[in-house]
Amino acid sequence: MKSARPHAMRVFLVALALLAALAFAACGDTQDDESDNASESASQEGRADPNAPLKKGLKTVSIPKQLGNPYEEFEHSGVDEALQELDGSNRISGPTDAGASTQIPLINAAVQQKADAIIIAGNDPNAVAPALKQAAQRGVKVVGMDSDVAPDARSVFVNQVTTQLVGENQVESIGKQIDYKGDIAILSATANATNQNAWIDVMKETLKKPKYKDMKLVKIAYGDDDDQKSFQETQGLIQAYPNLAGIISPTTVGVAAAARYLSTSPQKGKLKLTGLGFPNQMRKFVKDGTVDEFQLWVPKDVGYLAGQAAVALASGVITGAEGEKFKAGRLGEYTIGKNGEIVLGPLTTFKADNIDEFDF
Amino acid sequence: MQTEAAAPEIAPLATDRGRKWRAVLGRWETLLAGLLVVTAIAGQSISPEFLTTDSFTTGSLDLSEIALMALPLAMVIIAAEIDLSVASVLALSSAVMAYLWSHGQPIEMIIPICVAVGALCGAFNGVLVTRFGLPSLAVTIGTLALFRGLAFVVIGDESVTDFSTAWTDRAFGNFAGTFIPNTMVLFAVLAVAFAVLLHATPFGRSIYAVGANEEAAYFSGLRVKRIKLILFTLSGAVAGLAGGVISLRNSTGAANVGQGFELTVVTAVLLGGISIFGGRGTIAGVILALLLLGGIQKALLLSESISSYWVQIVTGALLVGSVLGPNLARRVADTRRRRSHPLQEVGL
Repeated sequence: MKSARPHAMRVFLVALALLAALAFAACGDTQDDESDNASESASQEGRADPNAPLKKGLKTVSIPKQLGNPYEEFEHSGVDEALQELDGSNRISGPTDAGASTQIPLINAAVQQKADAIIIAGNDPNAVAPALKQAAQRGVKVVGMDSDVAPDARSVFVNQVTTQLVGENQVESIGKQIDYKGDIAILSATANATNQNAWIDVMKETLKKPKYKDMKLVKIAYGDDDDQKSFQETQGLIQAYPNLAGIISPTTVGVAAAARYLSTSPQKGKLKLTGLGFPNQMRKFVKDGTVDEFQLWVPKDVGYLAGQAAVALASGVITGAEGEKFKAGRLGEYTIGKNGEIVLGPLTTFKADNIDEFDF
Repeated sequence: MQTEAAAPEIAPLATDRGRKWRAVLGRWETLLAGLLVVTAIAGQSISPEFLTTDSFTTGSLDLSEIALMALPLAMVIIAAEIDLSVASVLALSSAVMAYLWSHGQPIEMIIPICVAVGALCGAFNGVLVTRFGLPSLAVTIGTLALFRGLAFVVIGDESVTDFSTAWTDRAFGNFAGTFIPNTMVLFAVLAVAFAVLLHATPFGRSIYAVGANEEAAYFSGLRVKRIKLILFTLSGAVAGLAGGVISLRNSTGAANVGQGFELTVVTAVLLGGISIFGGRGTIAGVILALLLLGGIQKALLLSESISSYWVQIVTGALLVGSVLGPNLARRVADTRRRRSHPLQEVGL
């Protein structure tokens, strides 16, 4: 033991020296960003020029909430499509779990790789804000999509549909199926998902209308966008509330898991389920009578619109101010609304008679 | 100190200097330093952005809480115990912070409370392990779930995100115009404190003694239980502090922060050459391991073609490798010794 102490101290000092050496070795590389910024700040600070030509060869990074979620993958493939169409390139770079801070390292990496724009679906609106603001300071355009980040941390936000419409359409969808009577529950994703909570708030408001006075929201369950957990939560809801008439699950993972549970339970066809789901995932449940109808927008269009917006921003066609217009390829012209929001459009309802028209 | 004992037997004919070199080269820390160089080269070839101040700033910021929690955990593991509840203590601390902030308390008040809550959690682990004689693996797997659950009781599914920007800027920002994040300065201060405590005080030596042979330590008069209780409390306290740091750094206080951090912290510690069986390892090794871990993560992030799933895969592989590596090395050394001194085996 006696000899251990000086030795250990020596090793410690060596480690400190190494740390310092590494730090100094790293010092060389801060200059070249500055010149980039100088040339870019002109278009950044300047006014929008609707007739500016779209830049070619732009590099964007799109950051989904989490890898492995089919909805996210499909949405971000739309960004790929837009960038390809405009002679640029996009790279999808997502975290392995949907924790509040897991996107921060990816944002920082995108900045280091000198991306022209970052397109992000935020896991937590505030956790990513400081990193995004730093990105913006260094000339990277930031487009929020699907689940917004703090408004001062992005230029525009591409919303798939208005919060108001999702809440109202979903309540109407379940109401219609249960004759506007009975207990309903919501099976959501994670508890701090921005979009989920905004929709749920509108659903609560909508339920106060006279039309829905006989419907009662008894429980909001969280399946964390995990198939197994959502399945168990559905089971739990039915056990805890035997009189449950309907479930709204405004998440693709949740609604598919709930449908899978119902399809083999005695409540099949009696307990009504609606939500936001993929036609491909829900097709068999619609055909076997477990689910009458569900809704969604076309996720790929959300990504496509965000990609178009990112290129328009990076080319100086728009700056994110209210009232600016830009052409979004096959989707036509869009106008930026309040708080830099761009709305894709209304919800589509999928039923037995139209579901086969959609393949996603 | 571990390799020195074996050195004379391995190389009985070597000169004094040769022996010294062998001791240095055989050290785990030397291996880590070598791997660090390899990572630097590989990282730079993956992306020219790898060896930049930016990489250090953002990469070390991402590992802030892991780094903080690794320090006391190293001492716990040297004492042949383990604390898997650290990430849950961090979450509980974050939840407490969110709760107190939303009830109008100032951050200056909240941080000490977070540390105290963490210390309390750690002491709870410590009491279960020492007074009830339960294995720390089982106890802290239990409290891993328990503390995380408590965090949800405190704040539920909510998250608080409106912390004062003066403090969030401080937690996110760099130290006085340098590229070194403030959190790393905090880490450096704690690292020096823990290194001195572990390597230069009687208390530190007694931790090694407890980890190397608990019974021998007990019979030579060391208060084994008290030492362990202190270590668990320290581990909890630092995890509590880390909870405050992560909440401010990400401007988010919630019960679901730091999911899975325990795996990364344990990886950092074991990769740092701290023996899972206790009694061996240095803080310097842990620091090197953190640099290595941060470097690898950054390199993977900067790669345009490697998915971030690989961060998990690499972390897991490093964990297994750092337990397997020393074991294999010892086995090889043992066989070699037996071969060169066949008579020793029969006791001659």
